[in-house]
Order: sequence, then C-alpha cells, then structure tokens
Amino acid sequence: MATTSTTTPTTLTGTGRQTGRRPSTGGRFRRYLPLYLSISPFYIIFAIFGLFPIGYSLYLSFHSWDGIGPMKFVGLAEFRYLVSDTQFWLSVKNTVEIWIISTIPMLFLALVIAVILNSSIRFKTAYRIAFFIPNVSSLVAMAIVFGSIFANNFGLLNGLLQALGLSQVQWLNDPWGIKIAIAVMVIWQWTGYNAIIYLAGLQAIPTDLFEAAKVDGANVVQTFFRVTVPMLRPIILFTVITSTIGGMQIFTQSQVLVGNTGGPGGAGMTMVLYLYQQAFTKNDFGYGAAIGWGLFIILLLFSIINWRVVQRTGK
Amino acid sequence: MTQARFARVLAHLVLIIGALISLFPFYWMIVMATNTTGDIFQFPPKLTFGSHLLGNIRNVLHNIDFFGSFLNTLLVAVVTTALVLFFDSLAAFTFAKYDFPGKRVLFIILLATFMVPSQLSTVPLFVLMAHIGWVGSLPALIVPGAVNAFGIFWMRQYIQGAVHDDLLDAGRLDGCNFFRLYRQVAIPVLRPALAFLGIFTFVTVWNDYLWPLVVLVNPHRLTLQVALSQLNGLYNTDYSMVMAGTLMATVPLILVFLLGARQFIANLAAGAIKA
Repeated sequence: MATTSTTTPTTLTGTGRQTGRRPSTGGRFRRYLPLYLSISPFYIIFAIFGLFPIGYSLYLSFHSWDGIGPMKFVGLAEFRYLVSDTQFWLSVKNTVEIWIISTIPMLFLALVIAVILNSSIRFKTAYRIAFFIPNVSSLVAMAIVFGSIFANNFGLLNGLLQALGLSQVQWLNDPWGIKIAIAVMVIWQWTGYNAIIYLAGLQAIPTDLFEAAKVDGANVVQTFFRVTVPMLRPIILFTVITSTIGGMQIFTQSQVLVGNTGGPGGAGMTMVLYLYQQAFTKNDFGYGAAIGWGLFIILLLFSIINWRVVQRTGK
Repeated sequence: MTQARFARVLAHLVLIIGALISLFPFYWMIVMATNTTGDIFQFPPKLTFGSHLLGNIRNVLHNIDFFGSFLNTLLVAVVTTALVLFFDSLAAFTFAKYDFPGKRVLFIILLATFMVPSQLSTVPLFVLMAHIGWVGSLPALIVPGAVNAFGIFWMRQYIQGAVHDDLLDAGRLDGCNFFRLYRQVAIPVLRPALAFLGIFTFVTVWNDYLWPLVVLVNPHRLTLQVALSQLNGLYNTDYSMVMAGTLMATVPLILVFLLGARQFIANLAAGAIKA
C-alpha cells in the first residue's frame, strides 16, 4: 500500500475542532499532551526501526563488512561494483520480465472478472470469496504446492501435457519456464484482489452513463472501452502502481521454488533474492546495503514513470 | 436460447472456471497430503483423496517442531495484531478528530513512510537487532511491526466518516476526557474497521517470510513459514509429508479469513476506492 500518498488528495486539516477560549500555555500543554502521546508510538517505532536503519544502511554501503570482523571504509567501491555487477543487472532484468508477464494478464483477467461480477448475476459473494482466498494463503505453502505442479519430470502440469499427447517441459530448468512458474503464482494470488478493487470502482460509476451508451447504440465492447475503462482509469492506475511495487519486491516465490541461487542460469534471481543472497548467505553486509539502495532507486524510477503516466493520461 | 440467457450462462462459465483455478491448488494440496508420495508421482497421478493424512502428519511432527513453530507464529500474530489495532486506531482517532500544532507535518511524514521499501532496511535492521540482542527472538518480529502507517491512514479515513462530531461533543458535555472519548465513543463504532484491520494484519504477519528467515537464526525459534521452507528444502523427496505440513499451516489462516470474509472484502474495496 505504499502508493496512497501519490494517488490521494488528502485533506490534512480534518474535522478537528477547537472548543472554548484560548487556554493558557499550561492548559494548552495539558490539552495537547494526550494527543501527542496517542500518535507517538508510530513515530518512536519508525525512528528506531525505520529511520535509523535507513541512515545506517547508507553508512554500511560505504563499508566492506562480513558482520563479524572489523568494518573497512571503502568509499564508493560497493556502488561502483553494483553498477558493473552483471548478476545484479540480471536480477533487475528478471524482476522486470516477471513483473511484465504477470501484471498484464493479471490486470486484464481481473477487469474481465469484475465486469462480469458487476452484472446482475447470482452467487456474487461466493465467487468473490473463492477468488480472494488465494490472496490470504501462505506464500511459502503455495510456492511449495506450485513447485509440485511445475516439477520437471513428474509434475502435475507435465502429467497433463503428456495425457494430451504433448511433450513435457522442463519448467524449472528452463529460464522462461522458471519465470512463467513465478508469474503464474503471482497471477493466481493477486487476480482476485484486483478484481475486487475494480468491482468497487465499477459500482461507483453512475448507471446512467451505461444507459446513455445503450441509447446511443453502443455494443458491449464499445461500452467497455469507451465508458468502463475511462471511468475506471484512476483505479486502474492504482492497481498498476501497487502491482509495480509488489512486483519489484518478489522474493518468496523464487526462493522457495528455485532456492537462493535463483535456479539454473539464475533465471529466478530477483532483486530482493539477490540482496538476501549477498547479505545473508554470503555475509557481505556492505554490498547487501548497497543493493538495498539500488532497489530503492529502481523503485523510485518506476514510481516516477507511473506518476508521469498518471499526469499524461489524466489530461 | 435467448441472447441474454446465453450471455448469463457464459458469464457463469467464466466465473466457475476462474473459481476452480483459484481453489484447485488447495484441493491438490489436500490430495497430496492424504496420499503417499508414490501415489502422486505415478502416471497418471492420483487426483482423489487418500487415507494417509495421519501418517504424513506424524512424519511432519517427527521432522520439525511443528507445534513449537505454530505457537511462535500464533503468539507473534496475535500480539502484533493487538498492538496494531490499539496504536493505529488511537493515532487515527487523533488525526481524524483533533487539531494540534504540527499535525499537518506529522501526517505528511506518516504518508512519506509508505514510499520506503522495507528491503532497504533489512540489512541494517538485522545489525541493529544483533546489537540489542534480539536476533533469534520473537520481539524482533513483533516490535518493528507493532504500529504501521497503512493502518493509521486507513483507520483515519474510516473514522472521519463513522465517528460523528455530535457524539464527541455530547461525550465532552458529559465530562469525558480524550481517552474516554476514544474508548467509549469511538471504539464501539469502529468494530467493523477493527475487524478488517485485524484480519489484514493477522494474515500479513502469519505469512511474513523474508524478515523471520533473516532474523530467526536460532533453530529452536522458527515461525511456521520458515519451518515449512526448511521442511521443503530438507525432505524434498517426501512431497506428501511436506504437503501435510503446508496444509496444517494453511488451514488456520483460511479459517480466520472465512470468519470475516464478507466484512473483509467489503472493507478492502472501500479502502481502495477512497485511496
């Protein structure tokens, strides 16, 4: 949900009210104290476990450190290595590829499901619950289940292919096979979530717009592209942004499916998996911190691109 | 068949196929957990429930400390959820209904924290935990997540609509102070919102993987997700046993979700539309 700040025009003045006369300084203190106390846990915890680590990670990224021995100041060496590290760029490329082949089908399917659910159809609640259950299930557990479906020789999918008289695919040995397996997991988990978001957006569209389109003789496809999609644009952009942030942070599916090395050819090596591998299995804390900053900058770039798209299509 | 009727049948067909795909991995998990590994990896694979569930569960309990990790996970999820509900609703109540110097800036800071990916601070947070001696302990999982910006933001939106100023004024006339207004006026109205945030937090914490994997280096204190991944890595060949473990780790979560599913889905959508 890291996006709300970019998409929300928030009223910050709120509906708070000032009552009575202007109190003295002591009275003011007494009146405001409970308010500051009530919001303080967030700022205290964020300062210690959020802000301080961010500063510290910058410090770490200028050092070479295995977590045990002495820290050695190396200046910009970690970052210089980062920009020339083919493994890192492979992880960036993998992450973007997985993001593209998962997000586009996922959002399209979600929109189709939402449009159907928005018509006068029965068993809506049952369908919504069924579509949403993948989203609350454990990622680790489901990565194990999908691992058995995509398994190389005796996997369920290969069994199905064989039953249909087709040849088997070595899913978890093939670079695209691995990416497709991860993308399928993402699609499976998030389509229902996005469908429910779209459904809520659809229900907010005034019905007379659809009636007007009907009167003008628009068919289903025309109505979809001329009325539904334009009216849903803010919601679609919201889902694109959340999917981008989620997609850039894929870790569990890869790690459980193909392990810390990212599988054959490192095809399942995502940015976060690379960070985890370098920092916590190779104990290179300084470089791990530098990868964290690389990740942050790439996320920022994607956010800016998203923002630009928002501005442009908003006109 | 009329055109409208045909469209309706087609719509149901699409939805049913979608629902089956959504639910199939759960079905397949149960099939594997109730059969032997040999049954699954024959050709064609067995697609119906078997009778080996208890044997597979016994194997899981023999190989990992399932109940230990289950209790750890439950403890972390329950305590974190309770803290999040209290801290988030209290802060949200203040931001929604009161004015005080610095409010605008403080709220912008809160929103800005959305922008920072948690992975950026994974390495330094681990170093920090090592310094204060929390590595391998449950507070390392609970405390950093005890209050969060998303919950405060979401709750604030809800409170602005749900808690009426007239009610608060009436409470003030009766002599209620800030904390009594929160507890006796706001909280009763906020039940649906608390239910949503509670399930959302519980599910998120229950499923968290990267941070527990990093910080729980002591093998006696694992969460379920980390224990599952170890089970998967170590005993890759015995799929049925691993599936019995994933099944046991998944069922409580699905139950929690189903208990509040209607409420949860309605609120999820409402939050996204406002955002």
